[in-house]
Amino acid sequence: MRASLFITCYNDTLFPETGRAVVRLLERLGVELDFHPKQTCCGQMHANTGFRGEAFCQAKRFVRMYQDVEAVVIPSSSCVAMIRDQYPGLFEELGNEELRRQFASLLPRVYELSEFVVDQLGVDDVGAYFPHRVTYHASCHGLRGIHLGDRPARLMNKVRGMEQVSLANLDRCCGFGGTFSVKNGEVSSAMLAVKLQDVMATRAEFCTALDNSCLMHLGGAMHRQYAGMKTIHLAEILASTEAEPAEALL
Amino acid sequence: MNGTSYHPVLDPTLAPPFPKAVLPVLRNPQLRKNVAHAIDVIQAKRSRLVAEKVDWQELRSAGAAIREHSLAHLGAYLEQFEVRCTAAGGTVHWAADADEARRIIVEILRQENASEVIKIKTMTSAEIQLNPFLEAAGIKAYETDLAEIILQLGHEEPSHIVVPALHVNRSQVREIFAQSMGIEDLSDDPKALTAAARNYLRQKFLTVPTAISGANFLVAETGSVAIVESEGNGRMCLTLPNTMITLAGIEKVIPRFQDLEVMLQVLARSATGERMNPYTSLWSGVTPGDGPQRFHVVLLDNGRSEILAKNTERQTLRCIRCAACMNSCPVYRQTGGHAYGSVYPGPIGAILTPQLMQMNHAQSLPYASSLCGACYEVCPVKINIPEVLLELRSQLVNQERGKAAKFFDPMYLGLRAANLIFSRAWLFHSAQYLGRVGLKLFTGKDGWIHRLPSVGGEWTQTRDLRGLPKQPFHGWWAARQKEGR
Repeated sequence: MRASLFITCYNDTLFPETGRAVVRLLERLGVELDFHPKQTCCGQMHANTGFRGEAFCQAKRFVRMYQDVEAVVIPSSSCVAMIRDQYPGLFEELGNEELRRQFASLLPRVYELSEFVVDQLGVDDVGAYFPHRVTYHASCHGLRGIHLGDRPARLMNKVRGMEQVSLANLDRCCGFGGTFSVKNGEVSSAMLAVKLQDVMATRAEFCTALDNSCLMHLGGAMHRQYAGMKTIHLAEILASTEAEPAEALL
Repeated sequence: MNGTSYHPVLDPTLAPPFPKAVLPVLRNPQLRKNVAHAIDVIQAKRSRLVAEKVDWQELRSAGAAIREHSLAHLGAYLEQFEVRCTAAGGTVHWAADADEARRIIVEILRQENASEVIKIKTMTSAEIQLNPFLEAAGIKAYETDLAEIILQLGHEEPSHIVVPALHVNRSQVREIFAQSMGIEDLSDDPKALTAAARNYLRQKFLTVPTAISGANFLVAETGSVAIVESEGNGRMCLTLPNTMITLAGIEKVIPRFQDLEVMLQVLARSATGERMNPYTSLWSGVTPGDGPQRFHVVLLDNGRSEILAKNTERQTLRCIRCAACMNSCPVYRQTGGHAYGSVYPGPIGAILTPQLMQMNHAQSLPYASSLCGACYEVCPVKINIPEVLLELRSQLVNQERGKAAKFFDPMYLGLRAANLIFSRAWLFHSAQYLGRVGLKLFTGKDGWIHRLPSVGGEWTQTRDLRGLPKQPFHGWWAARQKEGR
């Protein structure tokens, strides 16, 4: 199977290790992976802050770039939610019929990473080995936005050596919310404090998720507080094997 | 001691912006504890009661469809309501705005020679700031809902639309009652507190012959008004007085009596986590020898028609004021209701208040959300609150971006620059490089950033940021391709 990786702007810039893990994981599963070198951003930050005109530009760019690929894989549920929930409205508003058609045909081929692995590749056991105590944080966009359901759990249950601890109040937002974290920095921090209490109570070594945005938020606070826990994208756990452990462990 | 120890302003034209208004709350552990405890209890009850309904999603869809249909034909159903209500002996008044509604109500009260009035809890009367207006007109209004009594006697403001005194805990209620009712040895036992309130109330019920209510629903088919409540105070107000004045937003109408089957089910379960609320009162006009003999309905527009005319925003008017959105909201859970600067707090307030203000006030409210979507998931009439929040944000940006003051605003500047950068890969890659070099100045020996200037400082006030990696992902990919893997 062929697929094109849309790494997303913030993963490209801040979390290249997640991208490297996705490549290792998908190639190990036999996917012929491609990467469009001119990709940038899906437009979520602009759309969510009210800059719809700017979001249009990025949405158009995305559709034109990927219209011919077999599948687009995105290791970020919030970007996938942007494409599924907001692109249709944007293209309708734009009134460009050709673009709207191109988008409609592309949309069913856009996958979040766990969707792609579980649904398209039909794999639960990706052959991962990660001998650590881990708790999973369900990001709001993964949970309520694109309804990932039990896909993350199915993948995690097959990781050898991993001890899972469930997180209390799993459906509660960590307080990141993109520009919310700086426009309402204090409220965002108060939400983070509450979430962090639940996360720390798991006494896990790692907190994982399918969105590095939440993890940047949680991990930033953990680092500030010398909390003794790290964050790691689920792709990095899934890519990890006995022979080649996750970069976070090196 | 009162519940808040600061004086919140619930007038959107005067209230400070949300990020400022939250600060006294975030520094008040007692208040935050009260709020979180109260909504956690309600939320848990709601979840249990919703879970026992196997057809909950179908009920939600039916609720949304009934409300959407009512709004699509609002004019016709309101006229039908007026005809049926009038035929049953009621008098219907139309008020274009808050001022007109207040004047109509005062005029009716003057005709009744009323110097006092008892009230069933109504957020709509708070919306039009009725009580201070009545007081200025020499009419004393007495709230009869327990929570509203606590607020009125303690000079507090409502912080929730269903449980408006949720920010006040039991010992604080005891102090308010002890002081205002002059009962020195009052205990904080709920029974004792309820008994004190009952004593206070009974006297009002027996002596005040005029009452004001809101409406949960107006039924067009029968001209009926429906009120749901938990304490029986509404039932008292609906039976003892001679005159009843009902104030209702025009969006409250539903077509048929039968529609109550769906609406009452979703409302009770969503609002208080009950299968059915303890008291449901329905009345149509007047009935000789039974209840108030003079009945007025004041139908309030106050900005609602403008919301009705807009495609995305119209769904705001489906709201049945159950407050499930605020009970599920992680922002509200930290801030409580006062910071929203309006009688309508929480997610619904964040979309309703700025619209009622024609987007001229309360402009920080559409941003008072992390867009987590919990509100949409619980809404019994499926209002897509995040969608409306985004629509309002977009309107605000379009409204503000031309203004000189916003041109150099770091947020506007940053987002315009980001758009340019994201439109060309070479610019994006150059920006990544420059960003890394620039941020090196702020990056500590541990490879993390602990303090940033400007907008970045909002992040680093409580969070570190890992320094930018030497090689972005695309660089790694390009190098790997060159090596032929």
